[in-house]
Amino acid sequence: MANLANDFVGIKSPNPFWLASAPPTDKEYNVRRAFEAGWGGVVWKTLGAEGPPVVNVNGPRYGAIFGPDRRMIGMNNIELITDRPLQQNLREIKAVKRDYPDRAVVVSLMVPCEEEAWKAILPVVEETGADGVELNFGCPHGMAERGMGSAVGQVPEYIEMVTRWCKQNTRMPVIVKLTPNITNIVYPAEAARRGGADAVSLINTVNSITSVDLDAMCPEPMIDGKGTHGGYCGPAVKPIALNMVAEIARNAETAGLPISGIGGVTTWRDAAEFMALGAGNVQVCTAVMTYGFRIVTEMIAGLSAWMDEKGYSSTADFVGKAVPNVTDWQFLNLNYITKAVIDQEACIKCGRCFAACEDTSHQAILMKEGRVFEVDESECVACNLCINTCPVEGCITMRTLAPGETDKRTGETVPEEYGNWTTHPNNPGASCAAE
Amino acid sequence: MQNSQRTPGVVAGRLDQASYRRNFDDLHPPLDAHEAAVAADRCYFCHDAPCTAACPTEIDIPMFIRQIQSGDPDNAARTIFAQNILGGMCARVCPTETLCEEACVRQTAEGNPVEIGQLQRYATDHMMEQGIHPYTRGGATGRRVAVVGAGPAGLACAHRLAMHGHDVVIFDARQKPGGLNEFGIAAYKAPDSFAAAEVAWLLKIGGIEIRYNQVLGEGLLLEDLQAEFDAVFLGMGLAGVNALRTEGEEHAHVRDAVDFIAELRQAEDLSTIPVGRDVVVIGGGMTAVDAAIQSKLLGAEHVTMVYRRGSNQLSASTFEQELATAKGVKIVLNAQPVAFESEDGETVSSVTFAYTEDGPAGLKLSEETFTLKADQVFKAIGQSLKGVPGVLETTEGKIKVEGAGRTSLKGVWAGGDCATGGDDLTVTAVAQGRDAAEDIHAVLAGADAVAAE
Repeated sequence: MANLANDFVGIKSPNPFWLASAPPTDKEYNVRRAFEAGWGGVVWKTLGAEGPPVVNVNGPRYGAIFGPDRRMIGMNNIELITDRPLQQNLREIKAVKRDYPDRAVVVSLMVPCEEEAWKAILPVVEETGADGVELNFGCPHGMAERGMGSAVGQVPEYIEMVTRWCKQNTRMPVIVKLTPNITNIVYPAEAARRGGADAVSLINTVNSITSVDLDAMCPEPMIDGKGTHGGYCGPAVKPIALNMVAEIARNAETAGLPISGIGGVTTWRDAAEFMALGAGNVQVCTAVMTYGFRIVTEMIAGLSAWMDEKGYSSTADFVGKAVPNVTDWQFLNLNYITKAVIDQEACIKCGRCFAACEDTSHQAILMKEGRVFEVDESECVACNLCINTCPVEGCITMRTLAPGETDKRTGETVPEEYGNWTTHPNNPGASCAAE
Repeated sequence: MQNSQRTPGVVAGRLDQASYRRNFDDLHPPLDAHEAAVAADRCYFCHDAPCTAACPTEIDIPMFIRQIQSGDPDNAARTIFAQNILGGMCARVCPTETLCEEACVRQTAEGNPVEIGQLQRYATDHMMEQGIHPYTRGGATGRRVAVVGAGPAGLACAHRLAMHGHDVVIFDARQKPGGLNEFGIAAYKAPDSFAAAEVAWLLKIGGIEIRYNQVLGEGLLLEDLQAEFDAVFLGMGLAGVNALRTEGEEHAHVRDAVDFIAELRQAEDLSTIPVGRDVVVIGGGMTAVDAAIQSKLLGAEHVTMVYRRGSNQLSASTFEQELATAKGVKIVLNAQPVAFESEDGETVSSVTFAYTEDGPAGLKLSEETFTLKADQVFKAIGQSLKGVPGVLETTEGKIKVEGAGRTSLKGVWAGGDCATGGDDLTVTAVAQGRDAAEDIHAVLAGADAVAAE
């Protein structure tokens, strides 16, 4: 069986599944249950500076988007950092780490943007025996209004500055948690690296309003007739997170910077996808907040079965393996031509492909007598919309045209060689390059 | 409970009250809001949807299901009622397994269609339970239309005529409106007096008067209606019952299934309805199945339904047949009664059947016979047209209609079970009544236009 043991910036854990800094890791009680269930590590819920703890709202702090059968698709929250006294958290972290020395215990931190504040908290965390710290530069609600969380994460200079303070004041590995609420994820990641970060973790939650109560005319979750934006997470944000992880992994300035992948990881497969795009491990939150800690059993079994099947003996064998295949649009092969093919045996004649193509795409599906749907190759641009709308998996597929075959849409012969936009005759820049 | 399932003879009160309640409760309990959301999510919103094409009233099924999905059941109901004002009853009694749900692409894909009937009920109940009637009567035209029969065809016709502003008088043979919805459908398909509530709801549009105890051919004459009204719609169904013409048919407790079903539907207390210990039902249609199942549910110990042809010609759907057998009804095929016997010379005690053979020359009785013990026999071998004047052209026992229900007489339309072109279903009757109303309206409007010139 594949070995899931994971080494992330020197922090060892029996598997790459960590719990993200969030409500599930706010207390010793929860974290012990998580470790008993088999989680490889936790990032303890964000600690603030010494003094009176923050307070949370006393009405609902979570909102959600559901599928029709109440499957949670996305969740948002307006919870702040831990609202428990610093010393209590530190005592509990120490006790848990003592009892679970093989698990990763990383402590999330968020203190004011002053060097003294960071200098004060780092040693007391170090004293617990924790394996590392994660700088919470991501939280988009509440704390950001106080100049912390994403207010720092949105300014690369601050990220660099605070990261440097931390590296100068602790021997623990420093992971910088990034906010997705920015225009280009690469800039904060580069700043973290310049500041000396050992790794970045991403994404934190996405600014959001989950829904609007149309009777109260108020965003959800509603607190006494008012609502505020909260952080969106769960399966819905995974595509956003995957892209941001990949962008950092393939960017020259940040290539090789270890990444802890976060954002809608729900199953072993999600984890494998994040890791294939360069994440050294993953952090999970919404999935356990929906189903409880037991889901890690599926994740461990699923990932190792897949690794066995693929012949990977350790997680390092496949981390980043998909990164070389993430490219810019301009380098995609324009000579790669496919056409949709409908398997008439599998077709259930719903006509969704027809409606989608006819109304919103290229009129490349013909509806014939007896509800027979056929692709008109002379119109098909291979956009994939029919495949995406077809309720029968595998019913519509793409056939790759062989070199030498004629593309009925253009009347041109499919070339043998690779050709992209940079060399395409329609590209005004291409001719210059050729000259 | 004095009697039990084993008490001989035709007696009432074979069961305790709890059993009656359980047996005659909703066959399919309604979906709640969450179940409806989950069921609605299964709809693919097909292009040119096969379910809509399979619906005799052509309800825009994907649209109403989408409206349920979006949390708007009342607009879903409007989508349904626009095509079928008796959408509430049709949701309960339509043989969906042979109509919309059979055509559903998920039936093709996985043998498990979208629950269209149940979703339709969810939407229509949602609106009707609030007492909302979504239509108002059109501006009065001064035209008067007579409708004969307050069943599905007549009600659908009357409602559509009222929408167009015509005055409607419905003449019904019974003391209560609803036709087969009220008197002819198994009780467990429309419990809680749904048929009566639906008619009351439908009449909220206004402009429809119902006169009871008006039997066509018995005091109520077509020629009088023609003289008094601008148009006549005949939708009185099939009031006659086919006779078996079998020896011993006159014995007590040999009766028509339709009467038994009507009596049962009208009963305040099911424990007062007598039923035999050994019941035999003759026939293979929905009436036969309804009589057989309900006999069983009333506590008959043995119920046998005997049909003279094979299963492929049984007009009751597979679902109905399976429901019957699940309730404990035994179905015997390819047998025809040859004699009803009586031990005491008065009441039936057994029925002798001969097996039949279906050949090129038609059905032939074989030599082989068998006898079933029977203290009660229900005949359900079909209904027939009754009270129609000879001036109306008929074909194969039905009023001949063309187009949107036009009969051979000018100014007289027909629809529902009494007319050709339907399938003896509530939903086809609704479609015919509705379409005839549109045609009547067009003709009356045309006449007005000519008169104005």
